[in-house]
Amino acid sequence: MEFLAYFGDVFTPINFGLLLLGTIGGLILGATPGLSPTMAVALLIPFTFKLEAAQGLILLGAAYTSTVAGGAVSAILLKIPGAPANIATTLDGHTMAQKGQGARALQLSFIASAIGGVFGVLLLIFLTPMLAKWALAFGPSHLFWLAILGVTVIGSLDSSSVVKGLLAGCIGLWLATIGFDDIMGAQRFIFHDSVAGGINVIPALIGLFAIPQVISMFAKGRQRLDAEVLSVQKHPIGEAFREVFRRSRALTIGTLTGSIVGLIPGVGGQIAGLVAYDQSKKLSPERDKFGTGHSEGVIAAESANNAMVGPSLVPLLTLSIPGSPTAAVLLGGLLIHGIFPGSDLFDNYPDVAWTFINSMLIGQIMMCIFGLYVAGLAAKVAQVPNAVMAAVVLGLAVFGSYSVQNSMGDVYVMMSLGTAMYFLERFGFSAAPLVLGLILGPIAEANFIQGSMIANATSGIGSYFFTGALNLTLIGIVVASVGYSIWMELRNRRYTTKDDAVAKEEALS
Amino acid sequence: MTDLPRSQHIIASGLVAAVGITVTYLSFTQEPAAAYLFPRIISTVFVVLALWTFGKAVMGRTKVGNGLTAHAMGRILPGLAVALIFVFWAAKAVGFYTASTVTFFILLSLYDPAPHTEIKTWIKRILTTAGFLVVMYGLFAMLLNVFTPREVFF
Repeated sequence: MEFLAYFGDVFTPINFGLLLLGTIGGLILGATPGLSPTMAVALLIPFTFKLEAAQGLILLGAAYTSTVAGGAVSAILLKIPGAPANIATTLDGHTMAQKGQGARALQLSFIASAIGGVFGVLLLIFLTPMLAKWALAFGPSHLFWLAILGVTVIGSLDSSSVVKGLLAGCIGLWLATIGFDDIMGAQRFIFHDSVAGGINVIPALIGLFAIPQVISMFAKGRQRLDAEVLSVQKHPIGEAFREVFRRSRALTIGTLTGSIVGLIPGVGGQIAGLVAYDQSKKLSPERDKFGTGHSEGVIAAESANNAMVGPSLVPLLTLSIPGSPTAAVLLGGLLIHGIFPGSDLFDNYPDVAWTFINSMLIGQIMMCIFGLYVAGLAAKVAQVPNAVMAAVVLGLAVFGSYSVQNSMGDVYVMMSLGTAMYFLERFGFSAAPLVLGLILGPIAEANFIQGSMIANATSGIGSYFFTGALNLTLIGIVVASVGYSIWMELRNRRYTTKDDAVAKEEALS
Repeated sequence: MTDLPRSQHIIASGLVAAVGITVTYLSFTQEPAAAYLFPRIISTVFVVLALWTFGKAVMGRTKVGNGLTAHAMGRILPGLAVALIFVFWAAKAVGFYTASTVTFFILLSLYDPAPHTEIKTWIKRILTTAGFLVVMYGLFAMLLNVFTPREVFF
């Protein structure tokens, strides 16, 4: 119950103000089609440089939580999901809005999001310290395999093609080796002055997540957004609360599905909503009503996509392995403040870790309260033309990348990686494993070198890296995730992936 | 296999394979060897996967990736060209704020669906661009105190 000792820190004027700003800003950004939660958090990182570590994380955490929920606004009122995580919400939410029940759908969505989100953060609170203690037993070989596991699991589960996912992970691992070698001090792969000091993670993250979105908006051309914002009639909030609890089956399925999906690295919120919607439909006696404006559909989808937020941070905070692209961006936010998450995070920086986690708990409730008031404004912002969004995001990406080290080299790296990523994505490559490779590369290499030195002095590389229960378990998970994905690909019955979700989103909009 | 011509997949996977081969070659030929131990392992896996992908593309067995149609490419190119000129030349040569304001206005004019023939549209675009400049200057110059290259203008 250590977290209770730091609860008061969330309510200092600056911290609470940042939480409020992140929540309201995140709701509006989340409602904007094309601005994914990952990209929104990446673009916000430069604004945290001047803040203390806990304050910066409060802002990023609040933005993460509320962008996921904010995507429901445009899904319900415009039939355009703010992010792939909100696709399932569109199916029933928009139909409800068409029937004049927009306010009810929004209320159900935010209440279910908050309940799912609170459950997810509670899981984070209780699981993280336990796993962190367990992680103390990890040596260099285990940390090496963990880093490889982070890349391979995301590479195989997040992409539609296992080979292309793993290949993207390899590209990320290679990019991480550019610059000075830590042991010998040798310069590696320096083909331009911009990368002489290595590739800075923050501009790379901004480029990899923001620039492909900008170019995607270019690809839509001079397209007018014809979607009509449906009007919202008043609906008693008390009734919405009662309805959410009356539909406890959908709420439970959504919350549990989201939490489990969140814990699995690489799967993330993109599919949590769809899986929960599907399961809820299968187990409901009113399954025929799904798709016709049934409240269970909205409750299951929205509770799931917010329930996954907390658990998706468990691997990051305990093992320093980001389990999702957004967690990788949050890792970037930690690193710029000199904080490296892992087993000793709660011993060295308990104030930062607990204030951040507590703020996410409070943020869920604030998101529910403000979501209902901001929905109308957010829906209007969602109608901003693509041209404006593309130009604004490009401007923020360029200024944000430059501000990291006041270096044009970072801007060149950001733009080059982002442009290359757009074209790679068109051919089935995914940004998530590449980002994970880039972030986990230094961890993998440092532990590999350290492990090799220990192995050379003791038992030899083979037995050091390939024996022991923990090593074998981690290798087993790597092999199982890759094997399972290959098997599914060969059977041509691939489960829903991020790519499918994005394709569905494109089809809807 | 997607509907795309096989050649698009071959070019894309061929470029990735070329990078993989270059990285592998450099990893195994550069000194000191100890500094390249990890890159050697990575690049070996990289080149194997890249060649596998290239082989699949050559045989026409690529299953994922929507590729790019000529129509989409035609819509992307003007905006991408403006963005690349802004980043790789104008931002430093002309000054960050001037270059970003001009870029914003050009992108808005290129992709805004509003008709180009109406004066009201152009006034709206100019006002939006001015708003963008004010917000960016407020955020980065005043709030974050970022000193950007100012060169010819600012």
